[in-house]
Amino acid sequence: MTGIKVKVLSGRTLRQGVGKEAGKNSERYRTSVSICEMNSEDITSLSIKAGENVKVTSAHGSVVLKSVSSNQLTKPGMIFIPYGLYANQLFNETTGGSGMPTFKGEPAVVESAIEEPVKTLEELITEI
Amino acid sequence: MEIFQDVVCPVCGCLCDDIEVSVENNKIVKARNACAMGTTKFLNYNNDRIPSPMIKNNGVQKPVSLEECIEKTAEILVKAKYPLIYGLSLSSVESVKVAIELTEEVGGVLDNQTSVCHGPGVQGIHDIGESTGSLGEIRHRADLIIAWGANLQEAHPRHMERYSYTSKGRYRNGKEDRNLIVIDVRETLTAKAADKFIQIEQGKDFEFINALRTALRLEQIQKDKVAGVPVEEIEKLAEVLRSCEFGVIFFGQGVTQVNGKGRNIDGLFSLTRDLNSWTKFLIMPARGHFNVAGVNQVATWQTGFPYAIDLSRGYPWYNPGETTIIDIIRRGESDATLVVGSDPIAHFPPAISKRMITTPLISIDPAHSMTTMVSDVVIPSSFAGIEYEGLAYRMDGLCLPLKKLVKEPDNTMSDEKVLKMILAKVRELKKVN
Amino acid sequence: MHDILIKNGTVFDPINNIDGEIIDIAISKGKIVDKVDESNAEVIDASNKIVLPGGVDIHSHIAGPKVNMGRLLRPEDHYRNLKPKTSVKRAGVGTSCPSTFTTGYEYSEMGYTTVFEPANPPLKMLHVIDEFNDTPMIDKACYPLFGSNWHVMEYLHDNKEDELAAYIAWTLRSVKGYACKLVNPGGVEQWKWGGDVEGLDVAVGNFGVTPREIVKGMCKAVQRLNLPHSIHIHANNLGMPGNYETSIETLDSMREYAKENTNGKPNPIAHLTHVQFNTYGGTNWMNITSGAEHLAKYINNNDHVSIDLGQVVFSDTTTMTADGPFEHKLQTLTGNRWVNADIEAETGCGIVPIKYKKSNYIHAIMWVTGLEAALMIDDPWKVCMTTDHPNGGYFTTYPRVVTWLMSQKAREKYMEKVNKRAKSRTALESLDREYSFSDVVISTRAGTARLLGLNDKGHLGVGADADVAVYNIDLNKIDPAIQYWKVRKALRRADYTIKDGEIVVKDGEVVKSVPGRSYWVDSKVSTDLAKSVESEIKEKFKDYYTIQMSNYIVAEKNIINSSPITVQAEV
Repeated sequence: MTGIKVKVLSGRTLRQGVGKEAGKNSERYRTSVSICEMNSEDITSLSIKAGENVKVTSAHGSVVLKSVSSNQLTKPGMIFIPYGLYANQLFNETTGGSGMPTFKGEPAVVESAIEEPVKTLEELITEI
Repeated sequence: MEIFQDVVCPVCGCLCDDIEVSVENNKIVKARNACAMGTTKFLNYNNDRIPSPMIKNNGVQKPVSLEECIEKTAEILVKAKYPLIYGLSLSSVESVKVAIELTEEVGGVLDNQTSVCHGPGVQGIHDIGESTGSLGEIRHRADLIIAWGANLQEAHPRHMERYSYTSKGRYRNGKEDRNLIVIDVRETLTAKAADKFIQIEQGKDFEFINALRTALRLEQIQKDKVAGVPVEEIEKLAEVLRSCEFGVIFFGQGVTQVNGKGRNIDGLFSLTRDLNSWTKFLIMPARGHFNVAGVNQVATWQTGFPYAIDLSRGYPWYNPGETTIIDIIRRGESDATLVVGSDPIAHFPPAISKRMITTPLISIDPAHSMTTMVSDVVIPSSFAGIEYEGLAYRMDGLCLPLKKLVKEPDNTMSDEKVLKMILAKVRELKKVN
Repeated sequence: MHDILIKNGTVFDPINNIDGEIIDIAISKGKIVDKVDESNAEVIDASNKIVLPGGVDIHSHIAGPKVNMGRLLRPEDHYRNLKPKTSVKRAGVGTSCPSTFTTGYEYSEMGYTTVFEPANPPLKMLHVIDEFNDTPMIDKACYPLFGSNWHVMEYLHDNKEDELAAYIAWTLRSVKGYACKLVNPGGVEQWKWGGDVEGLDVAVGNFGVTPREIVKGMCKAVQRLNLPHSIHIHANNLGMPGNYETSIETLDSMREYAKENTNGKPNPIAHLTHVQFNTYGGTNWMNITSGAEHLAKYINNNDHVSIDLGQVVFSDTTTMTADGPFEHKLQTLTGNRWVNADIEAETGCGIVPIKYKKSNYIHAIMWVTGLEAALMIDDPWKVCMTTDHPNGGYFTTYPRVVTWLMSQKAREKYMEKVNKRAKSRTALESLDREYSFSDVVISTRAGTARLLGLNDKGHLGVGADADVAVYNIDLNKIDPAIQYWKVRKALRRADYTIKDGEIVVKDGEVVKSVPGRSYWVDSKVSTDLAKSVESEIKEKFKDYYTIQMSNYIVAEKNIINSSPITVQAEV
């Protein structure tokens, strides 16, 4: 199975902002941060439907997420994951002397992962 | 029912202070004027409390007394050679003051969420300076608003209504008198609401800023496109910037968390400075947590430095990239971490989280988080701006008073009080030793 | 708290006409008293030392959003002075923009006990107070800015004098301010559109009032409110060649409001601050000269005026002012880093680091201008010694400035090193006046306290606050005019500083940390007027500001040692 090359962006969304205020144990929070927003062309080229799971792998880690078609990503080749433990599986620990890791623009590969479940936050934590 | 007027919202850096909160039987039942994030916090903050102080024993967190937690925390901090104290963006200024004193006492490093949000923006001030102002200035005067890598609509839902695009000021009567341009890699909700959206290629902010500065100086850009944007469009944008009456750039983590980091901000600050030769132009960061700016303010007046303050030598030292939390943990130098009201485990790269939990980890937090779940010591605290009062600083540096709306649970207290107890215990232990 | 007896010191206390006499000073319960029981008192042997009232600084930028932005702008400034934590002191840093704790300690170690912060936006006073709470050792207060305030300009435009006075009283009371500061009146509002006013009679766009009207109206209001300190003014055209004319015109516009004091002389009603920056001759940067002679002549003939120097000391420092347009000019001149920070409905701010060089013609002229003003104005009660910290230099350089005032030799020695063209164009060499210790005490303590209306400070009479400084200067052995460097060294580190009756500094080191007070002024206007004006303010508030009126008000519970001074207004 082949994946597509993308750049990963992470960032704030209103749902994530609301979810974190509802509580980090809440279902609202978990579902707001365990998604992979994608351009519809990218979804098509993976031969999946929006809502099915994808696996994103970077040089620093890998994470399974639920795909979401986003009209904010107007061009293929970029995916967006809300701030949180899921997105962070993919990022590098180096800061280039700036103190700040690169939370936007990490190269990664997205593959179809229809059969693989999205892990719970507890599962991700136990892996730490 | 008791109604509190002019309540300051303890969620994002907008620090909206017009919230009307209704309290019935010590429970918040309504929060008028608040946005979705604010309302959710006011109505749900109490849903996910940490039930008791806890200490991890054989890998399992067990309820203990507060005193045991304080003692254990103090022991860890006194024993540590290079402890980290991190967080505080959701605490009152008064709590921050105690945290600085505690860091001084234990000879550690105080860092804050600034490190992973607007740190590069702060470094830009050291490099270039900043032409900025209070948010009311924007509301009264701005006819051109640029949101650059800042998704105001989602991160700061009331920003436009209160301070920027759609707000009504003395000289601008709402959005028909203003021009909103969004420069971003995604067509965000903010971009969709804008008069113009300029989509640039990811990671090319620095190139684009410098092309814009070149165009502003009426020099020829020696390319057809920069960051995916045709040169003619860049020249047109330069003309728009130059010819406004009063412009402002709001920048977000879209420019601070990408390649270039502080250099991007140097570029934006230089661009803004340059524009003041043509017209009036300001710039300001759209800060996230409600008191992240307050931590920078207090730390700066008490220690001279805004974040990443190394007090291990006895005097304050600051060198972002060296004294910042990610870098210290990556180098494996710290030997304990005290987290106050923050969730670094959810927000740091996993390699850092992995290393952080190899040394003792203490969490002071009102609610569960990924970090409290893995901490060796967990101390429940109260919510600033809901259960205890104090001061906080808005994203433009304006100080506002947080209110106490309801009584805190019997087994919690403010971060300020918890930290004071730890400090007292640390001093006691140091004397004994 | 022990009683204290300072024995055999050489005391300078001009308010009580004591000029270098050897007398004992007794202290009990925070106050100067007639006598104490020596056997029960802590005795300080001040033989061969001088004893002065604690220093009172009338104008030093030590706290608030502007200063903090200066600290943030200049991490490299801090690395030159790193102060570790001790058993009594908190850690800190900084030279031109020191951290709050360090500011308190260093002032105290120089024998200063009171320092007033001269410029902050009313909107940001909660921040100022928050920093005051962290500035130990000294009593503090702040002058909020009114020069480009929308309410002020509107009341003036509508000729509502009573309402203007009541608005000022409301603001000072609400935000806990002490006096009214005007900075480039009207010009800062113009700067918010990128402009300036450049003169007293240019109308401020959109408001239809001129700087002259702002100055006169504010001066009248301050007089009617009976505030303890006069209008504190930074005139238009600051920093520009030829600006002495604007300064004199500004002062003269206020003369009519002066009231007579018991001596039949006008009370000072206009304090022209950092006069050095306001007193240049010439027409451009090539021919800029000192205009001190003209200003001194005016002040010698007019008793409604006081000044502070804003003396330049050659150093790497940070300029900071509410005068946004001036700092923008300075940025374009120097190319240095620049902060601008405009504040809604009230004022602005600019910050630019600067290195004053002896070799630079303009900087040398600036140095000369301050000293000429200090030496040409005859009456020391009209002259306060400041560097406009950190604009002209750091407050820690005060001892150097004092020795320039006390010693012609010190000036001559220094003059050898400054720009030759500047030297050839100054009268400074011909000025042989040398300040006596009494003159110095007046311009750093007695005069400043009196101008601030602080009756319990600036002197050592019975009932005064026990704020005292003892310096190791043996006047039998040291002639300040000759061995000026010994005076400088001694003034830098007080042998003892006593604050409110407690020894807080010994041998130039802080031995005890005390919080100090925050003063503010409550001027009572008639109840009906206060009420109607408050409702007017309330009506406009949500249109002018981005916060609610109730959150604008600084609560006393947020202030450590809140010390209101109540006066009765005449409106």
